[in-house]
Amino acid sequence: MPEIVVESHPIDTVFRTERLPHIFCPGCGIGPAVHAYAQAILESGIPKERHACVSGIGCSARVPGYMDVDSYHTTHGRPIPFATAIAVVKPEMEVTVFSGDGDLFGIGGNHFIHAARRNVDINIICINNFNYGMTGGQVGPTTPLGAKASTAPYGNTEPAFNLPYLAAATGAVFVARWTALHVRQLKEAILRAMQKKGFTFIEVLAPCPVGFGSPNDLGDAIEEVWLYRERCVVDHSVYLPDLELDLRRKDKPFVMGNFVDIEKEPFDPLAMMKKKEGE
Amino acid sequence: MSPEERVLTGSHFLLGDHACAEGGLAAGCDFFAGYPITPSTEVAERLARRLPAVGSIFIQMEDELASMAALVGASLSGARAMSATSGPGFSLMMENIGMAVMMEAPCVVVNIQRGAPSTGLPTLVGQSDMMQARWGSHGDYEIAAYSPSSPQECFDHVIKAFNTADRWRIPVFVMADELIGHMSERVVIPPADQIPRVERKRPRHKPDDPDFLHCLAEDEDLVPPIVHAGEGYRANFDSLTHDEKGYPATFPEPHDRLVRRLVDKIRLHTDQIIEYEEIFMDDAELAVIAYGSTARSARRAINEARREGVRVGLLRLITVWPFPENKVKELSNQVKAFVVPELNLGQMSREVERFTSLPVIGVNHAGGVMMAPDPILDAIREVKKNA
Amino acid sequence: MAGVLVRQPLDKATVSIPVGRIYIIPERCKGCKFCIDFCPRDVLEETSAMNAKGYHYPVVAEGKEEECVACQFCSILCPEFAIYTEEVAE
Repeated sequence: MPEIVVESHPIDTVFRTERLPHIFCPGCGIGPAVHAYAQAILESGIPKERHACVSGIGCSARVPGYMDVDSYHTTHGRPIPFATAIAVVKPEMEVTVFSGDGDLFGIGGNHFIHAARRNVDINIICINNFNYGMTGGQVGPTTPLGAKASTAPYGNTEPAFNLPYLAAATGAVFVARWTALHVRQLKEAILRAMQKKGFTFIEVLAPCPVGFGSPNDLGDAIEEVWLYRERCVVDHSVYLPDLELDLRRKDKPFVMGNFVDIEKEPFDPLAMMKKKEGE
Repeated sequence: MSPEERVLTGSHFLLGDHACAEGGLAAGCDFFAGYPITPSTEVAERLARRLPAVGSIFIQMEDELASMAALVGASLSGARAMSATSGPGFSLMMENIGMAVMMEAPCVVVNIQRGAPSTGLPTLVGQSDMMQARWGSHGDYEIAAYSPSSPQECFDHVIKAFNTADRWRIPVFVMADELIGHMSERVVIPPADQIPRVERKRPRHKPDDPDFLHCLAEDEDLVPPIVHAGEGYRANFDSLTHDEKGYPATFPEPHDRLVRRLVDKIRLHTDQIIEYEEIFMDDAELAVIAYGSTARSARRAINEARREGVRVGLLRLITVWPFPENKVKELSNQVKAFVVPELNLGQMSREVERFTSLPVIGVNHAGGVMMAPDPILDAIREVKKNA
Repeated sequence: MAGVLVRQPLDKATVSIPVGRIYIIPERCKGCKFCIDFCPRDVLEETSAMNAKGYHYPVVAEGKEEECVACQFCSILCPEFAIYTEEVAE
C-alpha cells in the first residue's frame, strides 16, 4: 500500500500541536525521547491534568513547552527544586523533569544529588548529548576526556560524570540508561518510573550532530544512531562504575539497561508528624 | 502554646524573627523553603516547628538558589510560599526572584539584613540590601518591599507582604534588619478572622476554553488571573519572554509588551501599595526619612530636636519599594532639606535625591552597630544652622 | 550444521503477519532518515520531492507496498512525530 499523507499524528493529543514543528535540529535525539515520554503519558493511565513537566535551560529544556500538560520552563539548573515544590504541594501529580546533562549535572548538579538523597517523588529524564548544545557545543560535565568542544578545542582535560552510577549512589530508586534509538525500552522505563514512588533517573543518549558529533568525527545524526545500533549492549546487572561512556572509543560497548529498581520511602516533609499521629 | 493553633491570638513577648514566622502562619503560609543563615535562622527554626504542626510544609533546601526556585514552584501550585534569608542568601536568590517576576508567582522573602558586602558581618546589623531588593535581579522589573521597625511590624508586614504578593502577582520582600530581627518586644496577634487576607485573582474561564489566555491581563490592573498546577489548565509558565498564551516569544515586540506590563502593573498602581507614617510632619521645615531599626533612632532624634525648637518631622517608610516619590515631591514644597539616616553608605538617600532638588543629607554607617540618635540629631542641628 | 541455518517459529503456520499502512505528515519532516534506515523491513525511501522547508520526506519504496507490518517503530522513533503506521483490518 502506498503511504497516505495526513495532517496529524495519533500522539498529537499529548502535544501542543500549534507549536510544532519543534526547534530541534534535524536528527536531534531529543525528538525520539519526547515521543517515548509522550507515549508513556498516554499509557500511564494518569490523565494529562495530573502530569507536570519541568525543565531548566537548554535544548532539552524546551520540551515542556510542547507537552499538553502543566509545564514550567524555569531557570538554568533549577528545575529539580522547582519540581520538588510541585511534588510536595500537589502529591497527586506525576512530576517529570525533562532537561539536559549540562542543566542537571553542570549548573544544577547540587540539586540533583539532594533531591535523590531526599527521594523526592519526581522523575528525571536527562538527555545526554555530551555537550552544551544550545549555546553551540561547549564542553560539559559529561563530555568524555579528550573529546573536542568549542571551549575545549585541544580536547577536554576533565573526566566525565558516570550519570547512572551517580544517581544510584545518591539514592535514586530507579536508574536506567537507553538511547534515542531504544525508544521502546525507553518508553517502558519511563512508564516504570511513573509507576514508582520516589526519585527516578533515566539517562537518554542522544545525538547532537551539530554540537558534539561534528567536532568529534562522529558524522551526522544517522551515523551516531548507527553507532548505537552496532555498539549498544543491554546489561541490567552491570557493575555501575563500568558505565563510563565514550562514543569515540571502539574498544568498549555502550551498556544500556534498567540498572536500579528498588523500593524506599518517598520524601514527605510531614512524615514525622504522621508518624507521631499514628503512635 | 498549643502547637495546633495556626494563629496565636493574644499578646506575646516575641523575637522579631519569630514574629516574622508568626506573621507568615497568620497569613496562611503553607510552604516554607529556606537555608539557614544568620541572622534570619530563627525564622526558619520557628517555622520548622510550627508549620508541620498545622499540617503545612517546611523544607530546608540545599541552598538559597533551590529555596527560591522551590518558592516559585510552590506558589504556582497554589501555595502561599515564603522564605527567610540574609544578604549572601538574598544574592543567591536573585536569579529566581527574576523568575518569580517573569512567571508572576506571588511569594514572600524575609531578609534580616546584616553588614555587607560578601560574608561581611554575619551577626551584626546592616541595611545593606535596600538597592539589591529593588535591582538585584537582571532586567527591568517591579517588586514591593516592606521595612519593619519593630517585632510587631515584622508580624504585620509579613501579612501585608503576602497580600500584596497575591494581589499583584509579584515577589514581595520584608526588609528587616538584624536589630529588629533579634529584638524582643510585645507583639499583639489578632483573632484569626481579623487577619486581612487578599485572595489571588482566579480565571473565569474553564480549562480547555480556547478563549482563555493565561498570561493575558484583561483588567485595568494589568494582573492576569493565576492558574495552579493540577487544575486542568495545562498552562505553560516560561522564564523566557512569552506571549499571552504563555508560550516563548523571543522577539522585540512581545518582549517590550510583556516587560512593560510587568512594570506598569506596579508603577501605575503604587498608590495602592505604598504605605508610610508621618510624625510631626504638619509644620515641619526639615524632614527625616528613615526605615527599619534606623527609624527608631530617628524618632528619638526628632523628639530631641523638637525640644530644641527645631521644626523637624519624620517620614517613616513602611513600604520602601515602591518608593513614595510623590510624597517626597510634595514634601519638597514644604521642607528645606531632607536628612536620611541609613546603615549603609547611602542607598535610599539616592532615591530621595531623584525626586527633590533640595539638599539631601545622608547620615551613614556601613553597619555593625545600631544607628544611634545622636548623629541624626547632629545632622538635624547642622542642617538647621545652615538653612 | 546444515539444515539449521534458518530457524522457523513453531507457530508460523497459525500466525498471520499483520499488514500495515503508513501515514506521513510531510511538512513536519526534517529529513533525518531515521525511519528509512531503521525500518526493520526497509519499506521506506526518500522522496525526490521536497517539503516547504526543503527536506526530502519518506515514502513507501517501489516494490515494498506490501511489506509494512505496522510495527510502529518509525512512529515512535521519528523525532518530528511525522510518520506512523496502522494495522489494516483484514
